[in-house]
Amino acid sequence: MTATDSLPTTPAGSDLGTIVVLAGGLSHERDVSLRSGRRVSQALRDRGCTVVESDVNSDLVALLRQLDDPIVFPLVHGATGEDGSLREVLGLLGVPYVGSTASASRIAFDKSIATPVIAGLGLATPIQMALPDEVFRELGARTLMDAMGESIGFPMMVKPSRSGSALGCTRVDDAEQLPSAMVGAYAYGDVAVVESFIIGTEVAVTVVDRGNGPIALPAVEIRPDSGDYDYSSRYSAGTTRFLTPAEVPDEVAAACADMALRVHDRLGLRDISRTDIIIRDGVPVFLETNVAPGMTETSLVPLALEAAGLELGEVCEDLVRQAYLR
Amino acid sequence: MYHDRYAARAFSMKESAVRALFAVANRPEVVSLAGGMPNIADLPLDIVGDAVRDMIQSAAGPRALQYGSGQGEQMLREQICEVMAEEGIRAHPDDVTVTVGSQQGLDLLTKIFCDPGDVILAEAPSYVGALSTFSSYQAEVVHVEMDDHGLVPERLREAVVTLAAQGKRVKFLYTIPNYSNPSGITQTLERRKAILEVAKETGLLIVEDNPYGLLDLEGGRLPAIRSMEHEQVIYLGSFSKTFSPGIRVGWVLAPHAVREKLVLAQEAATLSPPTFSQYVVSTYLRVHDWRQQITVFRDMYRERRDAMLAALPDYMPVGTTWTHPLGGFFVWLTLPEGIDSQAMLPRAVTNRVAYTPGTAFYADGLGARNIRLSYCYPTPERIREGVRRLGEVLNRESQLNRTFGVRHAGPHFGLAELNTPQPNQE
Repeated sequence: MTATDSLPTTPAGSDLGTIVVLAGGLSHERDVSLRSGRRVSQALRDRGCTVVESDVNSDLVALLRQLDDPIVFPLVHGATGEDGSLREVLGLLGVPYVGSTASASRIAFDKSIATPVIAGLGLATPIQMALPDEVFRELGARTLMDAMGESIGFPMMVKPSRSGSALGCTRVDDAEQLPSAMVGAYAYGDVAVVESFIIGTEVAVTVVDRGNGPIALPAVEIRPDSGDYDYSSRYSAGTTRFLTPAEVPDEVAAACADMALRVHDRLGLRDISRTDIIIRDGVPVFLETNVAPGMTETSLVPLALEAAGLELGEVCEDLVRQAYLR
Repeated sequence: MYHDRYAARAFSMKESAVRALFAVANRPEVVSLAGGMPNIADLPLDIVGDAVRDMIQSAAGPRALQYGSGQGEQMLREQICEVMAEEGIRAHPDDVTVTVGSQQGLDLLTKIFCDPGDVILAEAPSYVGALSTFSSYQAEVVHVEMDDHGLVPERLREAVVTLAAQGKRVKFLYTIPNYSNPSGITQTLERRKAILEVAKETGLLIVEDNPYGLLDLEGGRLPAIRSMEHEQVIYLGSFSKTFSPGIRVGWVLAPHAVREKLVLAQEAATLSPPTFSQYVVSTYLRVHDWRQQITVFRDMYRERRDAMLAALPDYMPVGTTWTHPLGGFFVWLTLPEGIDSQAMLPRAVTNRVAYTPGTAFYADGLGARNIRLSYCYPTPERIREGVRRLGEVLNRESQLNRTFGVRHAGPHFGLAELNTPQPNQE
């Protein structure tokens, strides 16, 4: 900032009510969520907003009731934050919040529902099978797993239907690895999805709607040092390289942006979403979409904002303003 | 911009997924059997507070707030020798170097002894904080088998001989003879003598780390290895478990030549270890009956250990085995075959219980079937509840393993067998 760039006398965000940045929760992504929360809170404070940071615990409802004009910015990852349950509660309390509604979040969070919905748009998705664990107990695991191997083929990805941050996700290269991968996925929930493994370039496309309709930000390309973009490479600085914008031809980048926008629209998402895509032979293949994307310094959304020449605080403030006006 | 400028050793420092989980493990809703945090609730804070106030207002006050000696304050080094006498060690204050916790002692020792690629021998499993320090200096850790009586001397001899034949430079053996972290196992007196014998035969230096030595829970305190040999043993001590971990005062007792290098390393690292902390410890030792305080701590930890050992048989699935610590903070579990303790941790946290996966305590990827449970911090009731929750998670995991034919409920494995790779550990 130069001397001539004097600060405005009335900070931009000071007309908004109290912004409650929700972060933490009891999921295994607590730490990531807290880091996201601190970053967004600071960015909003820098713009003159009044920010209260809160965890998701038994004091939350009382806090929201006691504040005059609260607006919630949910940054809780994992089930409570992303499956719609927290947003359902906010709706119940009549508190406006940034981001997708409870029902849209519920659909986006569940891979066994979101993937077929997106396939229904004529967009490319992995071949997917979703099965609850009791089916294996009742019908015999061995024969079912054999059938899955024949139908989907190797390599395949096994994932919990409802989980974030790659926990419980395993790449399976042959039939012998399948049982423990299934156990790993079912340990996170009663339904697992088995998908064909898509080989290609991994990118993430952020969609933001600052009041003038959703726009797609430049795709961020993910190149993990270890080859797999797993939990630890997601959240450790330096273990993954991110390229912004992604090193892909313009028409492919445009196709990715188009996919993210169509996903955002079809699933009825609001304000902000991040869609994860693999580009295979120049064609984007949908992996999943996130309604509460991470905002840490190594997260994808802040990188995309930076690539677009946008400031985190400014965008967050716009999102809060929209929620306020709804 | 930074990535390409880091030193090679910076790349050996990694954040683990486990560490991220500790954010949630520390929530009150979760019973944490994960950390090794001492329970200092029984410390008489009024006595400590008054004594520190008096000290700071006395003639010692300005000295306590000033730079100090690189080796540490003389009066504290004398008192440290009295503390060590409790475990049969006869030492001179000149040979003591005060450090920022014994962790810094370990760091300085590794710094002065190890070049990248040098080998450090350690128990299998060994203290995670030591493994991090060793790896930050790019030293290679080779684990040596232990059984219920501690490190196996024959295996130690073999390791030294084999590594020497390979042209490797073995710099020292790192061992925790009392109530080891993480295994809870104690080296018997015979073992200590035998290990020392091997060390003398092979010219091996021993680094004896003894943070829990005074926290024996069944009497029968054993003499430190350092009490039997002073030339070839470097001893690490700490006030973290007997007084306060926040005060960050530990020490290294080392032969004269090593001590000189240590002091130079300490001066390069900190100029002088924190003077104020040293005065606080020294004052505490002077005005308080610290021996009686340790007795209070022992009684409290005994109750907690007993709560854990009583709960385990009630809730653990068939095929689980565990150690029976005679002191310290930890119980080491071996889980039924087919269970991956690291993969299971997020599920356990979802069920509101946390532990440390065994893989943290091996430099070579073993430990997937092990977990370390700590009984030091939660109350006995919470410990029992935590073990119950862990049992639920393990039972669900076992059931899934049965459904999918992942091998389950194999024979009981004692500690000695842990070094034989099982099919699921490869």
